[in-house]
Amino acid sequence: MNTILFMVQKETLQVLRDRKMLIQIFVPPVMQLLILAQAMTFEVSHVDMVVVDQDHSPASSTLVEHFTATGRFSIAVSTQSGHAADEALLTREARMILRIPDGFERNLRRGESPSLQLIMDAEDGAAAGIVLGWAQSVIQGYARTEGVRLVGAPVGRRAGPALTVTTRRLYNPEGRYLAYMAIGLLASLMTLVGVLLTSQNIAREKEIGTLEQLNVTPITKREFMLGKLIPFWILGLIELTIGLAVIRFLFGIPFEGAVGLIYLAAAVYLIAALGLGLFVSTISSTQQQAQFITFFVLVTFFFMGGIFTPVQSMPMWAQSVAELNPIKHFAVILRGVLMKGATLTDILRPLGAMTAFAVVVLVLSVRRYRKTA
Amino acid sequence: MSPFRSFVIKETRHILRDVRTLTVLLMLPIVMVLLFGFAIRTDVEDVRLIIVDPSSDVRSAELVRDFNATPAFRVEKVLPSSSGAEDLLRQGKADAVLILPIDFARSFERGTAQAMVLTDGINANFAQAVSNQAEAVIGRWQAGHSGQRPLIATAPRMRFNPTLASENLFVPGLLAFVLTLVSALMTAISIAREKETGTLELLLVSPLRPLQIVVGKVTPYLLLAFTNAITTLVVAWLAFRVPIEGSLVLLLASSLLYVLVALAIGVFISTKSADQRAAMMATLLALLLPTLALSGFVFPISSMPAPLQVVTKVVPATWFIRIVRGIMLKGIGVELLWKELLILTGMAAFLITVSTRSFSDRLDG
Repeated sequence: MNTILFMVQKETLQVLRDRKMLIQIFVPPVMQLLILAQAMTFEVSHVDMVVVDQDHSPASSTLVEHFTATGRFSIAVSTQSGHAADEALLTREARMILRIPDGFERNLRRGESPSLQLIMDAEDGAAAGIVLGWAQSVIQGYARTEGVRLVGAPVGRRAGPALTVTTRRLYNPEGRYLAYMAIGLLASLMTLVGVLLTSQNIAREKEIGTLEQLNVTPITKREFMLGKLIPFWILGLIELTIGLAVIRFLFGIPFEGAVGLIYLAAAVYLIAALGLGLFVSTISSTQQQAQFITFFVLVTFFFMGGIFTPVQSMPMWAQSVAELNPIKHFAVILRGVLMKGATLTDILRPLGAMTAFAVVVLVLSVRRYRKTA
Repeated sequence: MSPFRSFVIKETRHILRDVRTLTVLLMLPIVMVLLFGFAIRTDVEDVRLIIVDPSSDVRSAELVRDFNATPAFRVEKVLPSSSGAEDLLRQGKADAVLILPIDFARSFERGTAQAMVLTDGINANFAQAVSNQAEAVIGRWQAGHSGQRPLIATAPRMRFNPTLASENLFVPGLLAFVLTLVSALMTAISIAREKETGTLELLLVSPLRPLQIVVGKVTPYLLLAFTNAITTLVVAWLAFRVPIEGSLVLLLASSLLYVLVALAIGVFISTKSADQRAAMMATLLALLLPTLALSGFVFPISSMPAPLQVVTKVVPATWFIRIVRGIMLKGIGVELLWKELLILTGMAAFLITVSTRSFSDRLDG
């Protein structure tokens, strides 16, 4: 037991003396959190559109006004030439073309369902889908008021059987991405720093030769690993605290659930993450290798773990693989507790999954590490 | 053999000897293309839906059947009442809840039936897409019953990406990311390591000029980066049919230009870093993370707050990604991309000058 305490003391002293490293652990992640979380959003704010009005009727002008009246659409180009409209898409001047065909008002009056053409810049398929949804609801709104008026049917009369649907979005009424991304980013940064520190630390000792010196002492594998892990585990929790403070006070995002649960989950998660760093260090002989393998492994884990994109959108096999990914469970717990107010019983399953991963990775690392290697 | 040639051969041998890192470097583009293509999506498919059906009559059975038949949804449970439904959303065991009206059939005939769709809104766009899909299914069911034609039809067309495939959006950015990783990160760490171990001093007393040292160090990584670029494009085509609508030559030339920019940044960072760890952190923070988040790679620039949109203009990857997307997805060439190409060339020229000067200063100083 004493040996572990001595190791922890030695590691802590080394960390505290290395001013540069301390700065690197705390300052960049906070800055990244502050800056990047605000950039990481998929919100579609504004749509520049092209109007190709070949009808030139009061009805078509009113339709265009319906678009601009929403405040979300603005007319970047108004032209009769299909070629000019296309070029506006190519040069990114606009991302949608609304083409109103000749005879629009006439067909509408006769009840002959005129067709409007919407051409979207679908480079970003998801955004195009959102913009299309908006455009279609503008058109439907137009049809319900102006269209019905033109056809001559009184507005507001319920014609026959109907089902009205309302949608309610829970946990994020404003539909912003800041909370979602900031939490994902915090989880990633904690992981990055933790795993890198651990893997690099041991690889460095290997490189400069102090590892061999440790190996000729009576220290056991377990004592060595615990001594290495504990200081970085504490650092990870400090980092979590700073990150949570940024999210709560600088971004002003309220916490729906109990912060204590976050710390419980983080305590378990950090063991898993640091254990991974330990494992990487057992398969690298230089710092450069450790950095590279860590980076490679982490990027894979981050993106397969649904940190920035929803796990539900992945193919089924990828979702099954994600179940083995501790950061996926950590993100689910973080978002569950902070954004949805989840309780301990709600998070038991992901918590258990992380614990299993931690145990497995530690056992593997201890097995791989050989004092005489 | 000239000292320069033997120097380049030495550098190449170093790289080839480090099998682990080399494997990672060569495998990286393949793994990332496959990862991003298969895993990073924003599609609405097999979304876990809970249906709350208090009336359990003819109409609700039709709707349940319709939702079951839609690939977008996977009906996990049909509950008789809404208690417990919201818990499932909170626990992350469901993505959406559809609450059908009580006495559905009768209220539907009278035109007063009300249904509610609850979505887990933590990911805003995803929630929006899910509710859009739910509304679409219900809309189709209603149209089937009333048989009315819509007043106005819309014919949407998705340009440049008809299948809305996410990989078409990501592959250009992935190219930038992989090239940045190999060119900047590897170069920075490599030079920093020589500084750390003291072998850089040895190079000083050799007959090589500073410029030759830089070029010699950088050449193997340039070749490696270029190989990675080709691998990325090939894998993207084989696995996902990501097209190259425009000129392949222009694409490769632009990639080369970008590699030069990244290499210059790598050299510059190495001159300012004391050791490998610092070099890696600096490259990660100053170049890799901005390339990931601030270049339009994954997150659209038009969605960002205005001050950050300005910052994106300084990130070289922003311009490179525009060029690659233009060539690959839109098939445009120099006539519409000249501005971006000019900026990238300017950046390359500036950065190469600055970094070689910084390198020479460090060596002499």
